[in-house]
Amino acid sequence: MNIIVVGCGKVGKSLLFSLVKENHDLTAIDSNEEVIAEVRNSYDVMAFCGNGTSYTVLKKAGAENCDLFIAVTASDELNMLSCFAAKRMGAKYTVARIRNPKNNDDSLDFMKKQLDLSLSINPEQLAAQAIFNLLKLPAAAKLETFSSNQIEMLEIIIKPDSPLDGVLLKDLKRKHKGKYLICAVMRGESVVIPKGDFALKSGDRIGLIVAEGDLNGTLDMLEVPHKRIKRVMIIGAGIVSRYLAKILIRHRIPVKIIESDTRVCEEVCEELPSKATVIHGNAMSQDLLMEEGLSSTDGLVALTGRDEENILISYYAMSNSVSKIIAKVNRDELFSVAEKLGLDSLISPRRVTSNEIVKYARALENTLDSKIEALYSVMGGMAEALEFKVLADSKLTHVPLKEMKLKKGVLIAGIIRGKEAVIPDGEDMILPEDRVIVISAGAQLYDLADIIA
Amino acid sequence: MNYRLIFNLIGKVLLLETVLLLLPMVTALVCGEFSSVAFAITAAVSFILGLFLNLFVRPKNQFMYAKEGIVVTAFAWILVSLVGALPFVISGGIPSFIDALFEIVSGFTTTGASILTDVESLDKGLLFWRSFSHWIGGMGVLVFVLAVVNRNDRSMHILRAEMPGPTVDKLVPKAKTTAFILYAIYVVLTLVLAIMLWCGDMNFFEGLVHAFGTAGTGGFGIKNSSLGEYSAYSQWVIAVFMLLFAINFNLYFFLIMGRFTSIFRNREFWVYVGVVVFSVVVITINIFSTYNNVATALKHSTFQVASIISTTGYSTVDFDQWPALSKGILFALMLMGGCAGSTAGGFKVTRVMILFKKIGNDLKKSLHPRTATVVKINGEKLSDETIGGVTSYLAVYAFIFLAVFLILCLDPNVPREGAFETNLTASAACFNNIGPGFGAVGPTCSFAMYSPLSKIVLIFAMLLGRLEIYPVLLTFSLGTWIKK
Repeated sequence: MNIIVVGCGKVGKSLLFSLVKENHDLTAIDSNEEVIAEVRNSYDVMAFCGNGTSYTVLKKAGAENCDLFIAVTASDELNMLSCFAAKRMGAKYTVARIRNPKNNDDSLDFMKKQLDLSLSINPEQLAAQAIFNLLKLPAAAKLETFSSNQIEMLEIIIKPDSPLDGVLLKDLKRKHKGKYLICAVMRGESVVIPKGDFALKSGDRIGLIVAEGDLNGTLDMLEVPHKRIKRVMIIGAGIVSRYLAKILIRHRIPVKIIESDTRVCEEVCEELPSKATVIHGNAMSQDLLMEEGLSSTDGLVALTGRDEENILISYYAMSNSVSKIIAKVNRDELFSVAEKLGLDSLISPRRVTSNEIVKYARALENTLDSKIEALYSVMGGMAEALEFKVLADSKLTHVPLKEMKLKKGVLIAGIIRGKEAVIPDGEDMILPEDRVIVISAGAQLYDLADIIA
Repeated sequence: MNYRLIFNLIGKVLLLETVLLLLPMVTALVCGEFSSVAFAITAAVSFILGLFLNLFVRPKNQFMYAKEGIVVTAFAWILVSLVGALPFVISGGIPSFIDALFEIVSGFTTTGASILTDVESLDKGLLFWRSFSHWIGGMGVLVFVLAVVNRNDRSMHILRAEMPGPTVDKLVPKAKTTAFILYAIYVVLTLVLAIMLWCGDMNFFEGLVHAFGTAGTGGFGIKNSSLGEYSAYSQWVIAVFMLLFAINFNLYFFLIMGRFTSIFRNREFWVYVGVVVFSVVVITINIFSTYNNVATALKHSTFQVASIISTTGYSTVDFDQWPALSKGILFALMLMGGCAGSTAGGFKVTRVMILFKKIGNDLKKSLHPRTATVVKINGEKLSDETIGGVTSYLAVYAFIFLAVFLILCLDPNVPREGAFETNLTASAACFNNIGPGFGAVGPTCSFAMYSPLSKIVLIFAMLLGRLEIYPVLLTFSLGTWIKK
């Protein structure tokens, strides 16, 4: 597809990175000359320096013929205006980042319609939704749902006292029969597709494929602790916090927000229903946290404006055995630091935004013609889960999986057959009209036939 | 430094060369010449080496930065030349390896300077290979690999290292597609030229060989008199196409896309046209007395101007006999060369324009110290980095030119009479990838008399000129290799 990205900030760059990897033709626009020079050097894209609302610049970038136009500059208004201009020039689909809550109330629908926007992205709201998904299933560091919700992939980190520590996969499979598959293991910096003689170790991040509905049963069987979150404490009352609090309250989960600024506290009180408890105080004070019942909450979400504070508060909560801790981390370099401290659920609104747009681009492309139905980045970006539709004339059908010689780093992790989800073992076969989920660590796949060595 | 990726890429280049070597082999076979064996042996060597590098040196990752792009380009060119020289040596056409290397580097760098005193005695297969190397080298070896096989998304760095010009613009977002489009334009233009030559007095072989030589702006002829014996039609066709191949290829893309305003606003193109017209007019008037015929004078002056400004190096007459003014203009054209982004060599028209504008701005600034100035090309402001790059390029260019000239002056084999002119133009002709110079290296003479040392220096000069100095220079400087 021809894609134009306006604004090469952090989101813009991570969009360029992911979309170039998926073989799209990208053109970048930014008003900063240095940024453009950097973009030209680092990504295989065309780059123009100029204002994203300027007709000349848009024309030069080829907005008339572009399939997808994405505006992610810092300014909502600029994003809306350049999307509008591009749409009028002939861009097929437009996506704008609109983050100001004032633009995101009822007026959004009106504006979207008037500007003919295909999608508006609100990073804070997306982040709040992602946090809520994590809270729903506290055991998982990440949860990905494949098409039509029939198969799910959880990423779980094996804790030191877990019964899974030191277990060989084939022993595990013998002990606990059931519809699950450990499809990838991340140990240290590398991801492997494990075989039967692979021994799990504490600290491993494992990718677990289960059919929808078997999730709780499987987790029980594997003795992974999981329970519903009953009380959530949110640190900081920023935009994400407010969105999150609203979602939680809608799901009848009590919320306690701790915020150090009096004025903000009052604002939040006014904005949220009275079910939310707003505490005025500094969350860096451990006394305050204990007083407000840190040890009896089972979910803590650190959403202050500072990454370092979020990490420290989360670390303290971890030592007080809060079962689910989520920290907002914006800077990439702090991600690995936080992970080393043992914080497994990290949220970055920026990453969430770019993932969402990439997902949208994929969906668009599916409506065009691509062999990949969907592509998910899993295991911290080190592996990919791809969904393919099996064509009737495929050579891979009616062959038991154990007889297929697959490429290194490739695994068939799931088969969706009509309404049924198959978690395959060696005896299963692919049939025409199936959808197949393939996990790939390192191998580049463009077609289902590419999985054969 | 990502050594594995570099060697893997070079392996791919060698495999490509194997395929390319098959063409002269077939030519030699058809003509029933012994050199086909030489080509077969060389192809086998190149295939085995390439296959080894490609299969056993698997890159661990695809990281490619500017450094890798530069080093791989320089290495690829050197290795391709070393292999390409083998057929000459094995077949005995050019027994000395240094001479053979000189000849093939001259081919790949599209210089067209030859050490052969009697071209016509060479096998057809070898003649084909010489001219074919022009065609391959004109657009670039790695660019071809890029267009066909490579999937690396950082391949922009290769494109930049191999394509001439101060800034390299992409035509489309992907480097690979850009390379493909450029090659497609190149192939189509070459085909058109070949067909037009076949319509004239050239046979199949002659037409093909001259089309290759013209497209790559190389200049290896297959007659001792270069193009002097062919009809006026063929000479005019080649003159026009030499001029066409020295135009930035991006303009052809704009032409196809119907973006005519982009062409009209391209200042480099118009300056180039202006320089050509001016030179042709002045030289025609200057040499009119020699030929006493406007048509002949115009034909010769146009052909020589086209040949020199496009850095091709074909000739229809011995322009060494021309008056000083004409020779002076030709020498100036030698140094300037064609447009950026074409197959021509030299300093490039854009760089000259940038320097002139910069000088103008500096003069203005010394008169009015508070003026704010920018250098604009095609209505767009150039960054200080680009301008700085061009000025330092000029300095490096001048230093290297001078160094080559000085080393040539050490050579005792150069005939005493006119040695200064010979050495000066020999270094200019090699460094700017033209071919013939004046004096003892004039269009009717050859580079055979130079000593091996001078030939090696000239080989480096040709490579430096073709790859625009920095890739070769950086590859041979220690700092690139020391891990810090």
